[in-house]
Amino acid sequence: MTDVNTRATQCRMFEDFETGTVFDLGERTVSKEEIIAFASLYDPQPFHLDEEAGNQSILGGLAASGWHTSSMMMRMFYDALLTYSSSLGAPGIDRVSWLKPVRAGDRLSGSMKVLETRASNSKPELGFVRFLMRAENQHGVPVYEQTFSMMFGKRDAG
Amino acid sequence: MQFFDDIEIGTAEDLGSHVFKKDEIISFARQFDPQPFHVNEDLAHTGLFGGLCASGWHTTSVWMRKMVDFRNADIEQRRKDGRKFARLGPSPGFENLKWLNPVYVGDRISFRSKVIGKRTLSSRPEWGLLFLLNDGLNQHGDLVFSFEGRVFVERDPDRKITI
Repeated sequence: MTDVNTRATQCRMFEDFETGTVFDLGERTVSKEEIIAFASLYDPQPFHLDEEAGNQSILGGLAASGWHTSSMMMRMFYDALLTYSSSLGAPGIDRVSWLKPVRAGDRLSGSMKVLETRASNSKPELGFVRFLMRAENQHGVPVYEQTFSMMFGKRDAG
Repeated sequence: MQFFDDIEIGTAEDLGSHVFKKDEIISFARQFDPQPFHVNEDLAHTGLFGGLCASGWHTTSVWMRKMVDFRNADIEQRRKDGRKFARLGPSPGFENLKWLNPVYVGDRISFRSKVIGKRTLSSRPEWGLLFLLNDGLNQHGDLVFSFEGRVFVERDPDRKITI
């Protein structure tokens, strides 16, 4: 069992992020079932629901909703970096690019690069970390890019 | 859905509203964004937002659903009237997404979309790129999110207008 002190030293805080560091988010394979399940709830367009309709569409095949891809990346980010962190949430997203369709059976590899860190002027207890998140598929083709800032609590709030 | 060529900049649409229930907030967050303030009601009350609130990705995903439902209703009407309609294509991405206020359990969010720009593409002559300002307001009239989206819309094959 992890005691409080160990957990405190493992907890990733604002001071632990350095410009230029690249974090590996691991891999995630996307199934046809989950593509259709997400699209049925949130984005029921034919090219997200049906293989035949996908083939006839501009996407050239069944593809995940972009919102599904963003949500899957959120989960990879959470599992790799946020679980034990002083995260205080994200105020928003600067930019998302859905570069290529994400297809059933694709294996996404994610990474996060720290672009910038900045202590808050108005709130001494937190700072902003700006990230470039990326994912490529099993062929090495970039499919997703996201630039955004996350708020993290500071170890030293002075 | 109108063809790209017929869509006017400034056109604003109300996409309808959705009440965020506790079960769906937790269900989405458990799958994609299991931060304590999205999945655990007890922790959420003592935490940052003072109550359980939806993942920002959940809020924008519901916006997408309302947009698709709105477009489908319009297409259905055009079919009934015997009018032609445009296909809605995919989106290459968005910019400036702001999560301005938490979406709490029981909040009713009204979703909107406004055309703020359009661009033709020499690489894809059948499609135009539409720029939209999308947002949502809660039952108190507070903006909870906004973002600048982009989506491909089919051009009218019977018109050859250069914009």
